[in-house]
Amino acid sequence: MVKEETLKELALSRSEYNLILDKLDREPNDLELGLFGALWSEHCGYKHTKKLLRSIKSTSEFTLTEAGAENAGAVNIGSNKAIVMKIESHNHPSAVEPYEGAATGVGGIVRDIFAMGARPIALLNSLRFSNLESDRNVQIAKGVIEGISGYGNCLGIPNIGGECFFDESYESNPLVNAMCVGLVDADKILSAKADRPGDLLIIIGAETGRDGIHGASGLASQNFEETIELRSAVQVGNPFLEKLLIEACLEISNFNELVGMQDCGAAGITSAAIEMAERSELGLKIDVSKVPVKEDSMTPYEIMLSESQERMLIAVKKNQHQRIFDILEKWDLKCSIIGEFIEGNEVQIFDGEKIISQTSIEALTSPPEYDLSLLSKGYKNKKNKIKIKEEYKNFDKKIINKYLFEILGSNNLISKESIYRKYDHHVQTNTVVEPGSDAAVIRIKGTDKYLIFSCDGNSRFSLINPDVGAQINIAEACRNISVLGGEPISLTDGLNFGDPTKPKGAHELIETFKGFNKACKVFEIPIISGNASLFNEGHNSSINPTPIIGAMGIMNNKTKIINKNFMNEGDYIGVIGKSLWGTENGLSGSEFQSFFDKTISGEININLDFEEKIQKNIRNLIKNNLINSATDISLGGLIMGLIKSCEKNNLGVNIDKAIPNNWAGALFGEDQSRIIFSFDPKNEKLIKESLSNVDWEKIGLVSKENIKFENIFFESDDLFLRYNKGFSTDI
Amino acid sequence: MKIGIAVFPGTWSETDTHYATQDVLGITSEYIWHKDQNLNNVDFIILPGGFSYGDYLRTGAIASFSPIMEKIKEFANSGGPVLGICNGFQILCESNLLPGILIRNKTLSFVCKNSNLKVNNNSKFTNLYKKDQIIKIPISHGEGNYQADKNTINKLEEENRVIFRYSSRSGDISEQYNPNGSINNIAGIINDAGNILGMMPHPEKACEKIIGSDDGLGIFSSIISSMVKNG
Repeated sequence: MVKEETLKELALSRSEYNLILDKLDREPNDLELGLFGALWSEHCGYKHTKKLLRSIKSTSEFTLTEAGAENAGAVNIGSNKAIVMKIESHNHPSAVEPYEGAATGVGGIVRDIFAMGARPIALLNSLRFSNLESDRNVQIAKGVIEGISGYGNCLGIPNIGGECFFDESYESNPLVNAMCVGLVDADKILSAKADRPGDLLIIIGAETGRDGIHGASGLASQNFEETIELRSAVQVGNPFLEKLLIEACLEISNFNELVGMQDCGAAGITSAAIEMAERSELGLKIDVSKVPVKEDSMTPYEIMLSESQERMLIAVKKNQHQRIFDILEKWDLKCSIIGEFIEGNEVQIFDGEKIISQTSIEALTSPPEYDLSLLSKGYKNKKNKIKIKEEYKNFDKKIINKYLFEILGSNNLISKESIYRKYDHHVQTNTVVEPGSDAAVIRIKGTDKYLIFSCDGNSRFSLINPDVGAQINIAEACRNISVLGGEPISLTDGLNFGDPTKPKGAHELIETFKGFNKACKVFEIPIISGNASLFNEGHNSSINPTPIIGAMGIMNNKTKIINKNFMNEGDYIGVIGKSLWGTENGLSGSEFQSFFDKTISGEININLDFEEKIQKNIRNLIKNNLINSATDISLGGLIMGLIKSCEKNNLGVNIDKAIPNNWAGALFGEDQSRIIFSFDPKNEKLIKESLSNVDWEKIGLVSKENIKFENIFFESDDLFLRYNKGFSTDI
Repeated sequence: MKIGIAVFPGTWSETDTHYATQDVLGITSEYIWHKDQNLNNVDFIILPGGFSYGDYLRTGAIASFSPIMEKIKEFANSGGPVLGICNGFQILCESNLLPGILIRNKTLSFVCKNSNLKVNNNSKFTNLYKKDQIIKIPISHGEGNYQADKNTINKLEEENRVIFRYSSRSGDISEQYNPNGSINNIAGIINDAGNILGMMPHPEKACEKIIGSDDGLGIFSSIISSMVKNG
């Protein structure tokens, strides 16, 4: 009888164990139990999210893959070019060992991309830390940023964007979500499959060591308090080796002998090899004694479950591996034939001559699927009414100034330049709009395309209402693309949630998917890939539900490039949206509310149809070359939108309006669906025509300095200094 | 006329360099693999940026012992033009083809940004620029802090061999425009024979206006035109 402790270490429940007994019709041996623990983990098996994932729109006229079928999702961008993209989280490892956790997070997502034969052309990331008031939090933030910088820069992949956000809910669980984008000829996408019995299974790259055993089942599938001791479960990265792997794998990707490629990620060889066999509808023979190892006397269990980094598996036609081995030798990479695909549906594991496991692949790869609606039963989302202090409703210059200057002390609002300066964003010479705007733009050489990417999410909205929050997250991702002129065509999601077996966690996941579904329908956009990181809990509290959205848009390279920055003194400024002012209700979940009232409460809403309309309109203005800048009003409200538009070129604004009495909502409300843009006065007539079907107004003009309303003005030098001053503690 | 671009394991700027020289400027360019035994009759060698051999031990240290470096040293010592960019500059210093050393940035962190450089146009690599022209070229390094002993620095200055200095947009050379702590804001130097240039900024990344600047092209054009002139 298996011990409770063993099951706990593998993150298997007693009922799951009983299910294994039923499936096998016998007791599993230790190795087999390890395989089940890994493959039935949330990380590999998606047992709490599979049902929900199936409900999502994941294809469109552009998609070339089915969701979950490959290492990442692919979309066709024309001219026989495809873009492969995906987000992956490395939250738990980064909490335990920030530098290596984040570094190997980058390594893992990059392997997912070149496993499909695609050259990685961009990285983005979304980071969440607690406030920087404790040494530990500073150390985590610093370590994570250095890890991304240290690993990513070494690979020669530009890091073009993302976000970094601070909130106390990430105190025990920082979030590190890395996104990678790859480029491949549409007809050359590699599949993570073998073709026929006899195909060889070959391992390439690093030797297998004792690092990272139980990473998937342990770190990523239990809550944090249980795993604080699991230091050995964090892997150590070698970006130099990864760079060699990228080049070698892309060089062999065109060979006919190569049948399929798969990266060794969570749960190591176990997950990579067995999932390959499952996709190929074949059986598999593996000999663990053939796997190159770092240390002597490693057990089959350790070899199968090691999460050593920088390893790839390939399937190669029988007896046709020589040309591939020659290329690997050119790159000084180790490789070894460790098995072959066979008829049938079993995985047979050998240690030399001796067979040590013989298990049905179907049993290993079909973990139970839990119905979250049962788990969420009885959960009621707390409704908190927003409280507005009297002070917020009485126009008073002194008070407004005080609040504005204080809130510019928030690490969430200030420029993130000190972070992205640590990442190479110029390499590959395609970066047209650098980090720092709503999204980044890269060109694709040899085509007439620009691609636009963003990666972010607002977890406060999701905490207040996960359904509407998810809608806003997708709307804002698409808006970030649209304000640079891009037509959003695909999304990837990083789902960072608490414990899905608790009613609150289950509820938040279900509602988030509801919101995703509504938004994907309205924007006619698929979520082509993604990652789920659950169990982000510790010290009796969960993180705010944090869905991160990576978005891609496309536009023609004849389009004049604009970004958030006002360009010329004398240009007119317009706002598309119901009103330039925010509202009191718009303070719900805002930075202002969190910063001053220390709460996240109220009511959030978005009208998706209206949102879609304003995005279409701003794209049209850009396509017709009518405007000189555009940015959306989001975190920090209207006033932050204006500061960000002005600061780069040291300009100001004259707004022909007086701030209303409820100044807090008006200036700091984060009401959705508003876009600030600037334009040459001579285009006014054409803009009026172009925007005849949507709410908008001209609000003033770009001036030499200062942010001026009719009843108050703010000195821009002071504001810009605070905006650009860097974090409260150096990270 | 043919350019050879050296490729070490871990190099990542070779394709950008190839793009700038061959696709943008139309000069035949080919790669030289670190295990190669000959230079295939190239006329000008570029050691591009990246992290050769992972920059383990010291930046550029292992690459300086790679097989092809023997041939490149011979080529350089017989007057052949060599340009080292970023990691290439580090390799040139480690190979004793240029004096001094690049150590960790003063801030101790990697830095990526557009830098303004004041150009000394008195070299084969810069003679198409104007005197004291300010050019915009990206930097991207963790170890770009140029250091050398006093005598070396004095000699470099006296012999007018500092080719690029970090500056403001208007040409002010002061500490606040120094991104890495280099002595005298040095961003690039040349050897005494004038045929070997090492620089930390990446001219190949400033090859077209659409990506922010094409100011880097002048370096490739200058050396090519002076070679053509000299037959």
